[in-house]
Amino acid sequence: MIRFNHRGSPLAGDALAMKNITTGASPASGLLRVIFMAMLVFAGAVHAQAIEPMPFANHAQELRFQHLTQQLRCPMCQNETLADSNAPIARDLRNQIFKLMQQGRSDDEIRQYLVARYSDYILYNPPLKAGTVLLWFGPLLILLGGGGVVLVALRKRRRDGVEATTVGESADNGEDW
Amino acid sequence: MNRLLPFIGFMLLVALFGFGIWWNTRHDPNAIPTPLLNKPAPAFNLPKLYEPAQTVSKADLLGQPYLLNVFASWCIECGVEHPVLEAAAPTLGVKLVGYNYKDAPADAKGWLAAHGNPYALLIADESGQTALDFGVYGAPESFLIDAKGVIRYKHIGPITPDVLATKLKPAIAAMLKEAP
Repeated sequence: MIRFNHRGSPLAGDALAMKNITTGASPASGLLRVIFMAMLVFAGAVHAQAIEPMPFANHAQELRFQHLTQQLRCPMCQNETLADSNAPIARDLRNQIFKLMQQGRSDDEIRQYLVARYSDYILYNPPLKAGTVLLWFGPLLILLGGGGVVLVALRKRRRDGVEATTVGESADNGEDW
Repeated sequence: MNRLLPFIGFMLLVALFGFGIWWNTRHDPNAIPTPLLNKPAPAFNLPKLYEPAQTVSKADLLGQPYLLNVFASWCIECGVEHPVLEAAAPTLGVKLVGYNYKDAPADAKGWLAAHGNPYALLIADESGQTALDFGVYGAPESFLIDAKGVIRYKHIGPITPDVLATKLKPAIAAMLKEAP
């Protein structure tokens, strides 16, 4: 953000901008606000562009289409859903899904169609099977493991505490743990 | 022992982190494994790039193995791969079939005129519709298809000299050895 200010030498500009940010003075913060707003508007425009109008049979179908494409992953840009992505392949797949919907295929059939070509990768919700057991239950295992460690540590601490009280207050055992 | 516990935990995390780095340098995390591997290639019927009136189907290509190379004039990495393919084509052992993906025919022809044409046969999928059946999601991608029309190997991304030597050539050799 600071780099948008080009006044004087870069260092002076940076210092000025920093001062303006910290003090909340008007000119620079106004400019920053404009830039920020522009970014918001631009982001909205990009988002709107990704979903080109399609001749849906009815509103229910449009909602179904949106719901389905939001659960599917773009193969090219993997952090984006098919609904959001602007990649050419995402557009092609959206058109294909639309076509399949017009042919009366169900959501499951469309998912199967895509999985047959692009593997489970296309699904944001991976199915539970041999290869994904660790993915599904790994976090639970880690939680149980961590819980076990905490439990053992707590038990040990209590025992140490009991020993400390029986021995007396002579030893400062603050460093033991 | 008790004092070592945090250190051991730390070393475990370091090991996990190191494994993650090692794994990602050996594997392309963006490459999607194709579910079509060792399955029959999808049926297709596409026009030839230079003679659009003639079409080529999967059945026409049965009987001899081929490497189906998906490329496009707009694809930057295809330019990286192209010299490697040109050099390798004569000694590849299989027919090299060019699959022009989502390209204007004039652009494709211009690109081939400028970069050279190593392909024994060129087919064009201007809409990209057939490519969806192959699970193509970008270019370049290459499919090794045997005489029976089964996909034996797929490479996503450019065929570098390293990929050629360590993956593609062994895959071709294994295929040719099995079915002479």
